[in-house]
Amino acid sequence: MGFLGNALLAGSAIAVACGLIGWFVVLRREVFAGDALSHVAFTGALAAAAAGLDLRVGLFVASVAVALLLAVLGGVSPSARGSAEGTARADDVSIGVVFVWVLGLGVLFLDLFNAGGAGADGTIVARTLFGSIFGLSAGAARLAAVLAAATVLALGAIARPLLFASIDAPLAAAGGVPVRGLGVAFLVLLGVVAAEATQAVGALLLLGLLAAPAGAAHRLTANPYRGMALAAGIALASMWVGLALGYWIGALPPGSAVILVAGAVYGLTMV
Amino acid sequence: MRQLLAYRFMVNALEAAGVVAVMAAVVGRFMVLRRETFAGHTLAAMSFPGAAAAALAGVPLAFGYFVFCVAGAASIAAAPDAGGGQQRAAAIGTVQAVAFALGFVLLSVYGGVLESLETLLFGSILGVTSAQVLTLALVAVCVLAFLASVGRPLFFASVDGSLADASRVPVRALATAFLVVLGLAVAATAQITGVLLVFALLVAPAGIARELTPRIGLGLALSVVLGLLIAWVGLGLSYFTNYAPGFFVTSIALALFAAARGLRSL
Repeated sequence: MGFLGNALLAGSAIAVACGLIGWFVVLRREVFAGDALSHVAFTGALAAAAAGLDLRVGLFVASVAVALLLAVLGGVSPSARGSAEGTARADDVSIGVVFVWVLGLGVLFLDLFNAGGAGADGTIVARTLFGSIFGLSAGAARLAAVLAAATVLALGAIARPLLFASIDAPLAAAGGVPVRGLGVAFLVLLGVVAAEATQAVGALLLLGLLAAPAGAAHRLTANPYRGMALAAGIALASMWVGLALGYWIGALPPGSAVILVAGAVYGLTMV
Repeated sequence: MRQLLAYRFMVNALEAAGVVAVMAAVVGRFMVLRRETFAGHTLAAMSFPGAAAAALAGVPLAFGYFVFCVAGAASIAAAPDAGGGQQRAAAIGTVQAVAFALGFVLLSVYGGVLESLETLLFGSILGVTSAQVLTLALVAVCVLAFLASVGRPLFFASVDGSLADASRVPVRALATAFLVVLGLAVAATAQITGVLLVFALLVAPAGIARELTPRIGLGLALSVVLGLLIAWVGLGLSYFTNYAPGFFVTSIALALFAAARGLRSL
């Protein structure tokens, strides 16, 4: 299996995970939280680089830690809009402030990394920000696929109560659904998916894979399960078409191609 | 203190940070009021494809920013308001990712160096020239003049859109105009100070002011003071420790925000 096979394996698994969780992200109006979680993966990767650790350790630790932080903020947000008290949805100002702080930390790590010369890998910034899916090893691709499958299964396990809690939080809470716990679990899963997808399409681009297929699916159908399937399908198709374009056109980075295709599909549903 | 002002580059940096802080605090207060923080961050991203496209086409940077900011603001404003903001948020997220993707494609076609990418994203305020300070000041004056001229109707439309609409305030036109101005303000300054610093100064002072007072006039004054404080103290700390200003600016912002929120929930 060559680099293209590795890219297809990891990319397909990541696309399905992003499409599915993205459908919930859009439903729950947590796109900005997704934006923050995807960008902080950058800080995690740089921290790991500065400390000389595996990048993936930094990616996962940073994303999950910030997911928990956002969940805590959601619990204390007095001005959270349109959500019942304590649904673990942070308001956008707290997200923004935390988010810039984590990026500020990333800059600090970049300084430390550049000063220390640890690893001496000059392409780390570009790779983290824009992904390097054609550079995945067979082992990394298999691991990515297994992790993506695990997050899809975990999401499937909480899908029904999460759907209920997302659509009508007060009613769900009255019905005994642990709304706040689900909100936290969802953000943590989103953090895992973000860390995962950073390897494929990069910290700056993966928001497109969360938002565009899901936005298109929400426009095309109101039925939840059909919508989830559609979001996953559009994400998968964008991944395949993007990878193919990136493979054939030398100057086109594959991660960017995937996002441009997904964005075009979303744009088409608008007209 | 005297040591801080002994070098030309430091004076330029403090001046640039001061200008950006004042402008961002005022624009940011409206942005927070209108719950458009996410849109603000996305429009800040427009400076990346804008710069890359301008470099590729060989036109002035300002032209690239202008085209991408207007295109981005128009795409966001055109998104349907269905589903209680769901489509809006999805559209903003897509616009941002597509902008970054496009910027990266243009950059790889151009074959530019990635150092400029880092500078664009995280800024190089310590390398600002006197001419750039002047440019910043011009942008700030234009932005503040726009907000001063539409401040009252914009405030009305932001607080109660339907009532403003009923009183014949052009709510939709104001919304689009505000997005364009927000984008231009951020993109023009991001080139000089970095997206990170601008966005921090846009959201934090306004967010802290909102925690402390619901009044708009007092809130505006408070955000300007807070913005200047955060920017200058951050730069000063950066000078004495030799670490990136972005880290200190964002850390002070977070600490003050947490303190303000703690104070409010007492």
